[in-house]
Amino acid sequence: MSESASIRTEHRPAFEVRANGVTRAVAAGATVAEFLAAHDLDPDLVVVERNGAILSRAEFERTPLAPGDALEIVHFVGGG
Amino acid sequence: MSPERRTPADFLALGDRTFGSRLIIGTGKYDSPRTMTAALEASGAEIITVAVRRVDLDASKDESLLHWLDPEKVLILPNTAGCYSADEAIRVARLGRAAGLSDFVKLEVIGDEKTLYPDVVELLRATETLAGEGFTVLPYTSDDPVVARRLEEAGAAAVMPLASPIGSGLGLVDPIGIGFILEAVSVPVIVDAGVGTASDAAATMELGVDGILMNTAIAKARDPVRMAVAMRLAVEAGRLAFEAGRMEKRAYASPSSPIAGRVGA
Repeated sequence: MSESASIRTEHRPAFEVRANGVTRAVAAGATVAEFLAAHDLDPDLVVVERNGAILSRAEFERTPLAPGDALEIVHFVGGG
Repeated sequence: MSPERRTPADFLALGDRTFGSRLIIGTGKYDSPRTMTAALEASGAEIITVAVRRVDLDASKDESLLHWLDPEKVLILPNTAGCYSADEAIRVARLGRAAGLSDFVKLEVIGDEKTLYPDVVELLRATETLAGEGFTVLPYTSDDPVVARRLEEAGAAAVMPLASPIGSGLGLVDPIGIGFILEAVSVPVIVDAGVGTASDAAATMELGVDGILMNTAIAKARDPVRMAVAMRLAVEAGRLAFEAGRMEKRAYASPSSPIAGRVGA
């Protein structure tokens, strides 16, 4: 990481992503798994699409979020 | 409807699975998950549909329906309800499969908000793509035998024509069209949408369709659990009547008791 980027990170410890169409602040370095935990979501009961690509559950832990990421987090609800 | 067609009498075969019930029920519109699970139990259904929706990130608790359902006991069939294009439906189908429960999808591509009729052009396109990706595709379609045949050719594992508009409870409005579809395809035919009460279900099954998918008729009955029982019996009764083969209709009476040997004759 370049010096300027690292300085920026220090001054801006959080960044923003779009999750389900809403802007959310995320701690720098947070993974998808941490994002789910912060919202009390059981990773076994949701499906996550990041920037158009579906993540496997194994990828939640090892996928860091990046500024501007678009997340779709879905689950099953009643339907016909 | 040729008797040799399709599935073994007592089972509904879809994709690589067989099911002991020909009734498929939806999980929408119930007053509570508790009523839904009681109705599911009472219905004997082994396949239930669910919708794929965004999680409410501000909700105080996780509201996934999976808290209430046992995927070991029932096949959870994600739908693509609310999708208006093949691309949207394909995206939702992939999300539903990523839940890791099965490769089945109830494919809906809606073409009209008021009638909720399917957009069959987009439906065909989505069926072809998803079947190519290994999905067991169960498309909700119109009561058109030509479209049904095209869906089968595109790789659909069944075709699911409507009896009447979704949620209308109008019952079977076009038995002729459903009959044409039964003749047109060799995959199972499941009537999806429009059944309002038990007699609708029995009459539909008597046509020889392989199963019925319903939601509102049970969920919005005054007593959903009782209606679930009624629908289970109606689907079984209709199927048995189809297999038994009804008597010929005739214009005039035919006495059930012998003419010969009447007392005093």
